[in-house]
Amino acid sequence: MAVHEELRNVPPEKLVVEGVSKWFRMRRTAVHALDNVSLNIHEGEFVCLVGPSGCGKSTLLNIIAGLETPDSGQVLADGKPVMGPGHERMMMFQESALFPWLDVMGNLMFGLKLKPNLTNKERREVAEYYLHLVGLESFVHANTHELSGGMKQRVALARALAPNPRVLLMDEPFATLDAMTREQLYGDIQRIWQERRKTIVFVTHNVREAACLGDRVLLFSPHPGHIQESFSVDLPRPRDINSVDLAKYSTEITRSLKRHLHPGTAEVAE
Amino acid sequence: MKRILLILVFFVVLILIWEGLYRTKRWSPVLVPGPSSVAQYLEGAIQDGTLWHATVVTMRRLLFGYFLGIICGLPLGLLTARFKFMEDTLGIVALGLQTLPSVCWVPLALLWFGQTESAMLFVVIMGTLWSVVIATDNGVRTVPPIYARAARTMGSSQLHTWLTVVLPASLPFIVSGMKQGWAFAWRSLMAAEIFVTILTGFGLGHLLHYGRELNAMDQVIGIMLVIIAIGLLADKILFSPWERFLHSRWGTAK
Repeated sequence: MAVHEELRNVPPEKLVVEGVSKWFRMRRTAVHALDNVSLNIHEGEFVCLVGPSGCGKSTLLNIIAGLETPDSGQVLADGKPVMGPGHERMMMFQESALFPWLDVMGNLMFGLKLKPNLTNKERREVAEYYLHLVGLESFVHANTHELSGGMKQRVALARALAPNPRVLLMDEPFATLDAMTREQLYGDIQRIWQERRKTIVFVTHNVREAACLGDRVLLFSPHPGHIQESFSVDLPRPRDINSVDLAKYSTEITRSLKRHLHPGTAEVAE
Repeated sequence: MKRILLILVFFVVLILIWEGLYRTKRWSPVLVPGPSSVAQYLEGAIQDGTLWHATVVTMRRLLFGYFLGIICGLPLGLLTARFKFMEDTLGIVALGLQTLPSVCWVPLALLWFGQTESAMLFVVIMGTLWSVVIATDNGVRTVPPIYARAARTMGSSQLHTWLTVVLPASLPFIVSGMKQGWAFAWRSLMAAEIFVTILTGFGLGHLLHYGRELNAMDQVIGIMLVIIAIGLLADKILFSPWERFLHSRWGTAK
């Protein structure tokens, strides 16, 4: 298979979450993490799940990824039930989860090596393309500990994109970064999303971040986790996190969030 | 260059102090031979081949047993880390046997195998094995679960994840376990060789032993120096490159 073939945009997946419930059983208690959550995500849509810590939004993401199985209900990707993890749906975490025993190129090659029909030379070319996409082409042979937090997340993004997934699942990927780096990455992720056409499900507890990135923002409420409200963000892209129009959306969402939560339990950045 | 010079000067001074103490004649030369007589012994032993022969015999036992120990220890450590049942059974056995000084295996090995190479091999393997099992087990348990999750979303199967993620992620632990295993194996082999005469080959330990029997202090000290040199060399050749690689990759070096 030629490299340009491998680099072509694959059609993004349509995701359907059907009545998903999940309990976590501890020694003494059972936590009801998700209660009958249903959700349609269109092909190529950028959906943000926002809510306080412990509302089940990460659990839903893990279930969509196939890393966890729901106790009832199912997730359909293009009509087929998700049975387990795979490179159609790539996941990014709050920590970069880069492998410290591999250099940057090695990390990108990890997922690519699991794709058959490519020679190693082609894989390397693909990896270089994605490193270029995230602006780190000069760090091919850097060790992971030599990278800053923002660079690590860029490499993690490139690693997630490299096997050309149809869906990108992001679990608070920018939460530990400083504001400046985050702002850059908001720009990058929007640019890459438009260029590479992926369905993106993005989990965050930062309302403004959600409003900046999402076509749609879904508000989660805890005990048990369910979708409280859905907001469409109709703003042109690329969006600036500091724009006034955006502030209107984020204030609206935050207000609604506070209304639904008991005062004192909110851990949400406005 | 300056560094090498410094090291050289240090050791020359050390030998000069030794020579100086020897020259004072405060102790009998039978008990404290000078550097020159030790050097003379070593030269003779090198020339007639005894030293080379003994070193080969010892190293063959050590390396063979050591690698067997690692080959058995790695998978056993993975098993104890992976399966609760193995942890409760083999894990406890490994922990117990690791606390047993490996020299304690020598009497048992002699009764089981007699004065043969197998006895020596057994002692070396027992010295290596349990350290490697425990270090591997430890290493695997400290691997952040997020690595495995990341690998699984990239389409890595269970077995593939174990081989390409869990194993390399626990390398720092495994290497330090291998180092400990090496130290245990080396010590127990020396003890075994001093303890018993094995008819199938005279190792360095035997030379040391005969040095004592013959009251030949120059031989005793000479062989001790050789044993130290081998230990240093093993560290530099076997482990230093690994450790340097790990430190630079993980960013744990100063």
